Amino acid sequence: MINSLFLINPSGEIFLEKHWKSVVSRSVCDYFLEAKEKALEPEDVPPVIHTPHHYLISIYRDKLFFLSVIQTEVPPLFVIEFLHRVAEMIQDYFGECSETVVKDHMVMVYELLEEMLDNGFPLATESNVLKEMIRPPTILRSVVNTLTGTSNVGDTLPTGQPSTIPWRRAGVRYTNNEAYFDVVEEIDAILDQSGTTVFAEIQGVVEACVKLSGMPDLTLSFMNPRLLDDVSFHPCVRYKLWESERVLSFIPPDGNFTLMTYHVNAQNLVAIPVYVKQSISFFECGSDGRLDVTVGPKQTMGKTVEGVMVTVHLPKTILSINLTATQGSYTYDNGTKLLVWDIGKLNPQKLPNLRGSLSLQAGAPKPEENPSLNIDLNIQQLAISGLKVNRLDMFGEKYKPFKGVKYITKAGKFQVRT
Amino acid sequence: MDEGKKLHVHDKVFLSLPLLISIIKLSTTAILFYDSLAFHNKHFCTLAKRQMLSMSTNNLSYSDQGGTDSAVEVGQETTPTSSNAGAGFGLFSVDFKKNEDLKEMLESNKESLKLEAMKRVVGLIAKGKNASELFPAVVKNVASKNIELKKLVYVYLVRYAEEQQDLALLSISTFQRALKDPNQLIRASALRVLSSIRVPIIVPIMMLAIKEAASDMSPYVRKTSAHAIQKLYSLDQDQKELLIEVIEKLLKDKSTLVAGSVVMAFEEVCPDRIDLIHKNYRKLCNLLVDVEEWGQVVIISMLTRYARTQFTNPWKEEGVFDERNERAFYESDEEKTRDETEAKPYMMDPDHRLLLRNTKPLLQSRNTAVVMSVAQLYWHLAPKNEVSIITKSLVRLLRSHREVQYIVLQNIATMSIQRKGMFEPYMKSFYVRSTDATHIKSLKLEILTSLANEANISTILREFQTYVKSQDKQFAAGTIQAIGRCATNISEVTDTCLNGLVLLLSNRDETVVAESVVVIRKLLQIQPTQHSDIIKHMAQLFDNITVPMARASILWLMGEYCERVPKIAPDVLRKMAKSFTSEEDIVKLQTVNLAAKLYLTNSKQTKLLTQYILNLGKYDQNYDIRDRTRFIRQLIVPNDKNGALSKYAHRILLAPKPAPVLESAYKDRDRYQLGTLSHTINTKASGYLELSDWPAVAPDQSVRNVEVKEWAPSLGKTGKSKPAKSSDDKFYSDSGEEEEEKGSGSSSSEDGSSSSSEESGSDAESHVQKNSSQSSEESDKSSSQSEKSSSESDSEKKERKTKTPLQKKTVKPTAKDSDSDENGNIAKEANSSSAEESYSDSDSDSESDSDTHTDSDSGTEHKKETKSKAKPKVEVKSTKEVSLLDLGDFTPAPVTQHKSSVLSPSLLGDLEGLSLSNVSSIIQVSGPAFVPEKSHDLLHRMTGKGLSAQYQFPRQPCLYQPTMVSVQISLTNTTDHPLEQIHIGDRSPTGLNMHCFNTIECLEPEASVTVFMGIDFNDSTQAANFQLCTKEDHFSVSIQPAIGELLLPITMTELDFRKEKGKLLGMNESSATITMAAENMTSQPISRPVATVANLGVVPSSQGNVHRFAGKTASSRAVVLVTVELRESSTALITINTEKSVMGSMLLRDLKLALAQA
Repeated sequence: MINSLFLINPSGEIFLEKHWKSVVSRSVCDYFLEAKEKALEPEDVPPVIHTPHHYLISIYRDKLFFLSVIQTEVPPLFVIEFLHRVAEMIQDYFGECSETVVKDHMVMVYELLEEMLDNGFPLATESNVLKEMIRPPTILRSVVNTLTGTSNVGDTLPTGQPSTIPWRRAGVRYTNNEAYFDVVEEIDAILDQSGTTVFAEIQGVVEACVKLSGMPDLTLSFMNPRLLDDVSFHPCVRYKLWESERVLSFIPPDGNFTLMTYHVNAQNLVAIPVYVKQSISFFECGSDGRLDVTVGPKQTMGKTVEGVMVTVHLPKTILSINLTATQGSYTYDNGTKLLVWDIGKLNPQKLPNLRGSLSLQAGAPKPEENPSLNIDLNIQQLAISGLKVNRLDMFGEKYKPFKGVKYITKAGKFQVRT
Repeated sequence: MDEGKKLHVHDKVFLSLPLLISIIKLSTTAILFYDSLAFHNKHFCTLAKRQMLSMSTNNLSYSDQGGTDSAVEVGQETTPTSSNAGAGFGLFSVDFKKNEDLKEMLESNKESLKLEAMKRVVGLIAKGKNASELFPAVVKNVASKNIELKKLVYVYLVRYAEEQQDLALLSISTFQRALKDPNQLIRASALRVLSSIRVPIIVPIMMLAIKEAASDMSPYVRKTSAHAIQKLYSLDQDQKELLIEVIEKLLKDKSTLVAGSVVMAFEEVCPDRIDLIHKNYRKLCNLLVDVEEWGQVVIISMLTRYARTQFTNPWKEEGVFDERNERAFYESDEEKTRDETEAKPYMMDPDHRLLLRNTKPLLQSRNTAVVMSVAQLYWHLAPKNEVSIITKSLVRLLRSHREVQYIVLQNIATMSIQRKGMFEPYMKSFYVRSTDATHIKSLKLEILTSLANEANISTILREFQTYVKSQDKQFAAGTIQAIGRCATNISEVTDTCLNGLVLLLSNRDETVVAESVVVIRKLLQIQPTQHSDIIKHMAQLFDNITVPMARASILWLMGEYCERVPKIAPDVLRKMAKSFTSEEDIVKLQTVNLAAKLYLTNSKQTKLLTQYILNLGKYDQNYDIRDRTRFIRQLIVPNDKNGALSKYAHRILLAPKPAPVLESAYKDRDRYQLGTLSHTINTKASGYLELSDWPAVAPDQSVRNVEVKEWAPSLGKTGKSKPAKSSDDKFYSDSGEEEEEKGSGSSSSEDGSSSSSEESGSDAESHVQKNSSQSSEESDKSSSQSEKSSSESDSEKKERKTKTPLQKKTVKPTAKDSDSDENGNIAKEANSSSAEESYSDSDSDSESDSDTHTDSDSGTEHKKETKSKAKPKVEVKSTKEVSLLDLGDFTPAPVTQHKSSVLSPSLLGDLEGLSLSNVSSIIQVSGPAFVPEKSHDLLHRMTGKGLSAQYQFPRQPCLYQPTMVSVQISLTNTTDHPLEQIHIGDRSPTGLNMHCFNTIECLEPEASVTVFMGIDFNDSTQAANFQLCTKEDHFSVSIQPAIGELLLPITMTELDFRKEKGKLLGMNESSATITMAAENMTSQPISRPVATVANLGVVPSSQGNVHRFAGKTASSRAVVLVTVELRESSTALITINTEKSVMGSMLLRDLKLALAQA
C-alpha cells in the first residue's frame, strides 16, 4: 500500500523520509515539487498526482506537506486518512505539528512511523497503543533521560494481550477521576449581500477528556437526541445502542478524544448569531474605494458573542487602505492582501464599525466582485442547536467521577458575500 | 561497485538451506567471537566469508573471487570511505568523520553511548543520508538487551539489509530465537523485522516462520504473519502456492485483529482465488463491525468484488430483455433455465442482504476511508432504492480535510451524473466558498451542474451569477462553461442563459469574455435560427476581444451562419484580411474558413478578399495554415483539373453540423470502481481489479455454507439438539474475549430457556398431578425435552378431558422474509426434525388413549402437510441439511418457538390461538414460557373461619373472555364440617368485569377444590375486590395482580419485533440500565427471571447478548416489547416499548428488581 513517506516543507525541502518497502529515490518528489510550483497556493496542489511509475498522494497540513508514494491501486482516502492520522499523532505526541518539532524529534517520529505501518499497511494508529510502545516526551522525563541515559521506549514491554479494546490501555490509574465533555457547534453559513441566509447548517462535535481509572463504561444521553441528523462516532461507541436508544454507550479511550461528530437536522432553522452591515464600493472614476462594515448581534439567546473577527481577502489591485475601527484593531498584510479585523466581544449598545478608504493601483480596473467577509466568533455556554446533555452514567467502576459538560458555539465556514 | 559484486557472489554461494543454516550458526559464533575480541569488521567479514566459502565445496573459483574481493576491502581499509565518497572526498569528509566517530561509539561498551550513536544513525536515515557503511558496527548490537537500542537496530536493519545481504544474515539467528520468545510482542516484532529484510536467501526461513506464526496463540502474532505473507510474496513470487495455503488458514481465523490483514494479503497475493472466501464470507460479514478501521476498508472492497461475482443483479429493470434475446440466440440450451429465473421476481440472496446490512453501521465511522468504501459498496451492490442512504454520510465527509473533500467530491460527481436525485436535497452543501481551493471549486461546480434540473435551475443560476464575478478568473470561466451545460441540458433556460452570457461579453476580463464566446458559440449551434442578433452583437465586440479562442469562435460563427448576417460577415472578413499576419494560428485558420465560406455564398463581394487571404496563407510560417490554404484553394476556386471537387465544395464546407454535446468530464468515470485510485486519476492504476458484471445466474450459494461435522450426526439421529447447539456455539464463537462472552451468553440462555420450559412442564404437572398418567412420566428420559413436554401436555389434556389435539394450534413458519432466511431455514429444520419426533411420540402416547388417537393423528398429518408446503427450500437442500445450519446464526429462538407450538398447555391456549389467528399472521399468542408456582393468600383460614383460599395465575388465556386474566383459586376446607355454597358475592369496583366460578355446592372437610375465574383488570394493577361467600359468611377478599400477570405472551419473529419496536419509540419507550447480580449473568439465563416476573413470550434473537420478549396486555391488546441487552461488566439494559407507558414503567420497575437481586 503506502510505499514511502516524505515530509516536505513549503519551500520544497525534504526533511524526513521513511520507506516501508524497498527504498524509493527521493527524486520522485520532483513531480510533486513541479506541481507545487504551478499552484498559486499550497492548498491548490492536487492531492493525487500521477507519475509514470508511482502515484503521489499528499496532504498539506500545518504548513507541511506529507507526501506518500504509492505503487499500486489503493483507495486514495485510505492514504489521505492515514496521513492525517500521522499529523495528528505528531501533534498528540509533541504538542504541535511543525517542521521544527519534527526535526527536533526526528528519531522518535521515525520510530512512530515504523510502528504505525507494517509493509505499508496501518498497524497501530491508536494513540493509546502507540504510547505504550513509545512514550511521549515530557520535560521531567527528558531531564531524567539525559541524566540516567534511559529512554522513551517503554522499557517493560506490555506483556498481556493487546486488549480487546484497542483504544484503551489496561491499568489506567488516576487519583482524581474526571470526565469532561465539550459540545462544540460550528455554524456554516453563507449570507448574501442583503443579509439573507443562502445556506446555513450546524455541525457539532463532542470532544471528550476522560481521565478515569480502570475500565469505566460510560453512557451519555441527550435531552433531545432527535436534533441529531447524521452522526459519526469514535469506534468505542456502541452503534447498536445508539440506533435503538439514542444514547452514547462506550468504554472511553484514555485522555482526549473526539467522541462524536454530528450534523443537526436540516429542518431546524439555524439561528444566525450576528448580522453584518457592509458596503464596499469602488468608484468608477479615480482609483478609489470605500469600505464600511458594522457587526451586530442577532440571535444570541442572551449570550455574549466573543472573539469576533472579520477576515477579508481584498482584491489584488488594492494598493493601500486607510481604515478606522471603533472597536478592536485591524491588521493588513499588503503582500497577501489580507485584512483581519479583530473585534473581540460584541457590545450590543455600541456596535463596532470599521470604515475608511481603499486605494487601488493607478490605472487598474475596478474590481468585478467585492471580497467576501469571513466571520469568526464564539459564544460560550451555548449550543446553538439547543442540544443538551442529559446525564452521564458510569458503570463498571466503583468510584464517583467528577463530570463536566461545556457548550460552545463557534463560527465554522461563515461567509458573508458582498 | 564492489558492493554489487559481493552480492552477486553470495547469491550464488548460498544455494541450499542446510548450508545456509550452518552458515548462520557459524556466523553467530563469529559474532560472539567478534564481540569479545573487537576485531576489525572488515577482517571479520573476510573471515566469515572465507569460512562460508570453504564450506561450499563445489566451486573454487568463487573463493578466488572472494579472495580478490577481500583484498580490495583490505586495500580500502586505509581509506574506508565507501565508493560514493570517492567522487568528492572533500565534500564527504565531514560525514565520514562523523560516521567514524559513530562507529567508535557503537563499539564502545557503554549502553548509553551506543544508544546515542544509534539515535544519530537513525536520524541520518530519516534525513535520507547514507549510513550503510556502519552496517557491521550496527548489526552486532542486534542481540542487545536494551529494548530501545534493539528497536533502533531493527530500524536500521530493515533499511539497509537489502544492500548488505551477507552481513544481514548475521542477525537472522537472533530473530529466530526471538520467534520463540514467550512475549507475543517480541515474537511479532521479530517476525516483522525478519520478513522486512529483503534478502532472497532467507526465503525458506521466512516461509517457516510465517507458517509457524500463522498458528500462534496470539492474534497479534498471527496478524504480523499475515503482513509477512505480502512481504515474502513481493520478495519471491514462487512461494505463491505455499503462501496461499497460509492465507487459507488465516482466513479461517476468527480474530478481528487478523481479519483485515489477511484479507489484505489475499488481495495482494491471490485476489482471483475467490473460492477461498466462500466459507469465510459470512464470518467476515459478521466480524466486520469489530475489525479495526483499516481492515474494514480492505475487507469491504474485497467483499464488493466478491459480491459482484456471486449474486445476481438487484437492479432488475435494466435491460433484461435485450440481454435475454442476445443470449438466447447463442445458447438455446440454457434458455429454459433463464426463463425460469426471470419469471421469478427478484429475490435477494440472504448473503447479499447480510453484507448490506452489516456494512450499513460503518457509514457512521469516523474514518472517512471506511465511509467511502461502504458508500461504494452500496453504489455497486445495493438495490437502486437503497443507495440513497449513503448520501448523508458522503455529504458529511465534505466537512473533513480538503484532500478528503477532493476525493469525495470526485466520487459524488460521478454518482450525481447517474443519479441526480440522490444529492439534490443537499445541493446547498455544494455551494462554493471563496476560501475553497481551486480544485474543490471546480468539482463543486461540476456537481451543481449535474444536479441542475427544471425545478432548481433558477437557484443554481443565481448562485452561478455570484461565481461569475469571482476574482478567481479560472473559476469564473469554469462557471460559464457550467452555465452552458445547464443551458443545453435544460431547454427551458437556454434563452435566459444565452442572454446572460451575452451580457458577460461586455465583461472587463478577457478570460470571462472568451469563455462566454466559446460557450455562446456552442449554444447557438444548437439553435441557430433565432439568434442572428446575438451574432451581430458578437461581431460588434470582435474588435475588443483578443483571446484567440474567442476570436476564432466568432469567426467560425460568422462563416457558419454567414447567410443570416450577409452584411456584416464580409466586413469582418475585410478586417481580418487587414490583421491576418498578426493573428494567432487558430484565428488564421478560421479566417481562411470564413473566407472560403463567404466565397461560396457571396463571391461577388468577397472574391478579392478571399484571394488576398489565401495568398497570405500560402506563405504563412505555419505549415498547417499553408496546407489548409492550399486545400481550400483547390476546393473552391474552379479550374479545369478539379472541377469535380469544386462542385461539391458548397456541400463540403457548409454541411449542417451536429451541435456539440456539452458533457461532464465525469461522464464515464463510472467504469472504474468508485473510491479507487483509478477512479481519481481516471486511468487504470497498476493493480486495479475490475469489478465484474453481475452473473446472469447466481452461482451455487451453498458454497458459503459452513459444514460442521462434529455434531451433525447427533442432531440428525438422536435429535438431542441441545448439546449440539451449545457445542456449535462454541465452535462459532470468536476467539476475541468479547465474542466468547457473547457466545457463552447465548448458549447459556439457550440452556436456560430449555430448562425453564422443563420447569414449566413440571409446574403444569404439579397442577394436575392427581390425574397425570404415569406413562408420560415414564417416557424415554433420553428423548428430547420437546418430546417430554409434549407428552406432558398430552397428560394435561387428558386431565381436562378435552379432545382437541394440541397440534391444531399451528405456529406458522415465521422468518419467511429473505432477511432472516438463514435463521428461518434453521428454525424450520430444527422445528421439523424435533417436531416430527414429538409427533411420533404423541402418537405412541395416544395409542394408549384411544380417545385422542384419531384427532391427534390427523392433526399431525395436517401439520406435516403445511410444513412440506411451507418449506420447499428446505426440501431442496435436504441432502445436506445438516451442514446448512449456520451456527453463527443459531439462536435459542427455534427452541422456544417450537416449544410454544408443541407445548401449548391447555385447551384454553388452543382456543385462544384459534380465535386470534386472524388478528395477525405474525403475532400470535403463545403458551406461557413459564408459570410461576407462587400462590398468594386470598383468604387465610383464620379469617375465613376455616375456609382458606389461595390464588395463582396459571398464565393461560382466559376461556371466558379474551380480555380477562384467568385466575386459579384453590379452596380448602380446614374445618371439620363441610362448607356449603361457596360462591362469589359483591364486587367492589362496580364496573369490574369478572367471570365467577360456579357455586361449589359442598366442600367436604379436609378437601380442596380448584376453580378458575376470569377477571378483567382493565390493564391496571388496581385490586379486584369481591366477596367470597359461603352459606353463612361473607369474606371480603381482593386480588391484586402483579403487572406482569396482565400480559399474554406472544410469539413473533425478530424482524417483526424490530418493526413493532420501531413503532414504539419515544414516549412509548422506557429503559433502565441495571447491574446484574453475578449469578444472573452467568449461570442463569435471562429469560427465566423475566418470565417469572411477567408473562411474556421469548422472541428469537440472533444476538447472543440481546434477549427479547413480547407480550400484549390482556384487555387492551397493546403490544409490550421487552429487550434485555447484556453488557460488559455485568450490566444490562432493559428497554420496554409499549403504548401503555404506565404499564411499561411499572413492568420496568419489577424487572429491574427481579434481574438485579434474583
